[in-house]
Amino acid sequence: MGYQMGRCDVAVIGAGHAGVEAAMAAARLGAATILFTLTLDGIANLPCNPSIGGTAKGHLVREIDALGGVMGIAADHTLIQSRMLNMGKGPAVHSLRAQIDRRAYHTYVKKLLEGQENLRIKQDEVTGVLVENGRIRGIRTRLGAEYAADAVIIATGTYLNGMIHVGEVSYPSGPDGVSPATGLTADLQQHGIVLRRFKTGTPSRVHKRSIDFDQLEEQKGDEPIVPFSFETTEPLQNQVSCHIAYTNEETHRIILENLDKSPIYSGRIHAIGPRYCPSIEDKIVRFSDKPRHQLFVEPMGMDTQEMYLQGLSSSLPEDVQIAFLRTIKGFENLEIMRNAYAIEYDCCDPLDLRATLEFKAVSGLYGAGQFNGTSGYEEAAAQGLIAGINAARQTQGKEPITLSRSSSYIGTLIDDLVTKGCSDPYRMMTSRSEFRLLLRQDNADERLTPLGYEIGLISEQRYQRFLKKMEQIREEKQRVSKVNVAPSRELNELLVSRGTAELMTGTKMDDLIRRPQLKYDDLAPFDPERPELSFAVREQVEIQLKYEGYIRKQQQEVDELKRLEGRKLPENLDYGKISGLRLEAREKLNRVKPRDVGQASRISGVNPADISTLLIWLEQQEGEKND
Amino acid sequence: MSAAVIAAISTPCAPGGIGVIRISGPGAIQVADRVFHSASGKTLSQHKGYTAAFGSVWDESGPVDDVVATVFRAPKSYTGEDVAEFSCHGGLLVTRKVLRAVLAAGASPAGPGEFTKRAFLNGKLSLTEAEAVTDVIAASSDQALRAARSAMKGALYRKIKGVTDSLLSVSGHIAAYIDYPEEEIDPVESAETAEILDDAERQLRDLLDSFDRGRILREGVETVIVGKPNVGKSTLMNLLSGCPKSIVTDIPGTTRDVVEETVNLDGVLLRLADTAGIRETSDVVEKAGVDLALERLDTAGLVLAVFDESSPLSPEDHGLLDRLEGMPVVAVCNKADLEQKIDIEFIKSKFQYFVEISARENSGLEALRQEIVSLLELDGISAEGAALANARQFDCARRAWTLLKEAIDTLKAGYTLDAVDVALESVISALLELTGEKVTDAVVDQVFSRFCVGK
Repeated sequence: MGYQMGRCDVAVIGAGHAGVEAAMAAARLGAATILFTLTLDGIANLPCNPSIGGTAKGHLVREIDALGGVMGIAADHTLIQSRMLNMGKGPAVHSLRAQIDRRAYHTYVKKLLEGQENLRIKQDEVTGVLVENGRIRGIRTRLGAEYAADAVIIATGTYLNGMIHVGEVSYPSGPDGVSPATGLTADLQQHGIVLRRFKTGTPSRVHKRSIDFDQLEEQKGDEPIVPFSFETTEPLQNQVSCHIAYTNEETHRIILENLDKSPIYSGRIHAIGPRYCPSIEDKIVRFSDKPRHQLFVEPMGMDTQEMYLQGLSSSLPEDVQIAFLRTIKGFENLEIMRNAYAIEYDCCDPLDLRATLEFKAVSGLYGAGQFNGTSGYEEAAAQGLIAGINAARQTQGKEPITLSRSSSYIGTLIDDLVTKGCSDPYRMMTSRSEFRLLLRQDNADERLTPLGYEIGLISEQRYQRFLKKMEQIREEKQRVSKVNVAPSRELNELLVSRGTAELMTGTKMDDLIRRPQLKYDDLAPFDPERPELSFAVREQVEIQLKYEGYIRKQQQEVDELKRLEGRKLPENLDYGKISGLRLEAREKLNRVKPRDVGQASRISGVNPADISTLLIWLEQQEGEKND
Repeated sequence: MSAAVIAAISTPCAPGGIGVIRISGPGAIQVADRVFHSASGKTLSQHKGYTAAFGSVWDESGPVDDVVATVFRAPKSYTGEDVAEFSCHGGLLVTRKVLRAVLAAGASPAGPGEFTKRAFLNGKLSLTEAEAVTDVIAASSDQALRAARSAMKGALYRKIKGVTDSLLSVSGHIAAYIDYPEEEIDPVESAETAEILDDAERQLRDLLDSFDRGRILREGVETVIVGKPNVGKSTLMNLLSGCPKSIVTDIPGTTRDVVEETVNLDGVLLRLADTAGIRETSDVVEKAGVDLALERLDTAGLVLAVFDESSPLSPEDHGLLDRLEGMPVVAVCNKADLEQKIDIEFIKSKFQYFVEISARENSGLEALRQEIVSLLELDGISAEGAALANARQFDCARRAWTLLKEAIDTLKAGYTLDAVDVALESVISALLELTGEKVTDAVVDQVFSRFCVGK
């Protein structure tokens, strides 16, 4: 029989990257919070690649940090190699990616949680949610304990009814040998929440001593390391290298000959896998003309010999895995420590969520992370942070927070999920943001730290530092707009060497900085009054000047969107009753229940004429109200 | 509610005495000022509401037409916003040219029922009236749907899709190159990219250039037949009208002395106006007819100048020759069956397009058609060819072309790929407005279908 274990404001189910951010944010905002996990030893685990960041994902981490989240700080404390990707392709797409010591990351985050006021951590499996009249009341665990809670966040990752597939063998399991969560699915379905089945996979971990590194290309980290967190000031060190290897025709032959043993190709798994993250089988079948595929050997940490093989996710039988791996140059004697596998799991349909990440059908119940149909640690953490903030605010009677597409990748991610849904695990990419020249990783603080401060996750001290930085940027931009530069032999030599036109008459310093071929720092010798400024400030001055025209154009698009977002739509609106809407538009609008006309305009199947009809309908309503 | 400045032709799309182009929205009067050269020198912005000014509308190549501009100040206008209206001469070509000048000056084409919608939004119409508008919009969206469906199969769609696909493949390549730096994706080479973009730019420019020609094919070209009396104008008109299946519509001759018919000259639609003979006259009634003929000359897309081969050139003929200088003229020498008394070489020296016919013997029509086709540059395009059908499509294509030019500039100025790609996406977005797809999704699909990416 059940027993009562008291109450809390916010209960978080799962202590992966979504759960950790959710629990930390809720507790720091003053909500009494309990974080449930299947095992305390699995807190903030990295069950797939031992790295954080990457294209667009690095942006997410910077944004999480700018709002006051955990991931950036934790990554800075535990990284063992860091690179800034996409240098030379433009500031909007520079992306940080760091190799992380997996155990150190777990230890660091667990300690952070343990030290957090208002936060209790509990090892138990949540098997049910308590709902009364469409409102969450608490949760129930496998042991029979009942906890009363005003808000509950589901962040179950790939654990919910997890099923691992290796060749022809399948067994219920979560990642890294942890038991799956089996009780919650049926209970959620009883409360009317529709679940579906997604799939993902991971490559094998191999023993370092079995690799001949002389046969591989070394890839070192970048110096100096740019930290993820705007708070990190001490210099960080690269401690390890990664290595690059390649598959070959023999590898491909073995894989193709054994395709029938893959549970996906034999048709045993029907769950939907991520397009962006295909298994090596998928890559070889879909891109049969490619003679080789690149893979990376990444260390799992400083205290282990385990190496992760990025690019070789597979669900083939273990003996086939060994056979194809050993065809790779440098892997002739490879020793697998953990085999590659595919994993299936239950997740919700994010169209059932609001942009606050609360379920429309059950008030006080939130979803975050892979449970919402995404993929990746960073995507999960971003949602966890927003769900945690909103759950805490709800229990405190405050208005929820939603981020717009024009404010952040986090806003774009969530808007995509709740507006378009996802048919395969959703991964963030820079090309998903139409405002990406504004949403750079370098200005995440400018975009989000004022909000983080207002919410209460950014300290006064940090906020003052932020304001000072903004002031320095403003002053320096103003200063260079007044600095006169005269043509000189030295200057013209520099200009010619960079492939840009010589100066014939005097000009202002900011006009030179605007030239794509020149850098702010290049021009220091011609700017004697230049003050001593940090890299972060100099970088902002340069980017803001150089991309001014493009930034202004994007800002106009943002303003246009804001106009539509200002037109709110009632959530309980029955679109079937609005005359003039086409049938398809009615169905789609009723499914998504957009919060404003801006969101409505992004739903596929809703056309501009439908939007006009909605605007007119809105005006009619307001007119009637006023009568 | 802040809104864009919109513009459209507000009079029915048929030849009439007057055509009205309405411009509405905050800044409408400033937009109007950009194309309006007032006779008094006073700009429209300096005018109060409910006042009018005489002047001319200019586009990039010069004056388009003399107009009367009327200024309405918010809220005292049909839409409740600032409104400027140009009343110009009623030819379809002229009203469209004025509209295009206005669009180029910063207005967007008004959607179906948009003036009325704004009138409602600004409280100028009652609820029941607004409901009627809702129905109109719904109806027109169904129409738009039908139109889109047929356009989906059309040559314009294939053409736009061809351009869009080539830009998408560049954008998809850039996206994959940027989003998957650790995969072996070929670097984006700027020379190669510039070549593709330049080619797309050329195609869009051709499409824009063909806008007038394409419309001529579908809607006909306003054609005026001129010549001194008894030269055979009416006979020519009857000859053209007498072609089998030639009469498409009978447009009432308005209250004035112009008979209009639409004639299908083997695939080329002529909107024919037969005019009073051109000669100096003191007869008041006939004079009105002559002035009218001269007035219509200025707005015509095609002039058929008829001369009598059987008599020498008269002073009236010479006057006409002078008057026609620089106009789209085919010289038609009639009565080729009679003894030639005219100085035919002189006429040939005056007109690039020249044909001899005998209206009475029904000969020379095919040669006339050939000359018209050459003059209107209709060679090589047909009704099935890709052409922009309306102002909205023209506006989308023009916007896409302008943005593409900017994208090319961005690339060639040495800006980084992120800026190039964003510029390119706005081009694709403008093009996809024509086909109804969305840009971000299209690029994402490209990445996954073409590039081998993974973790």
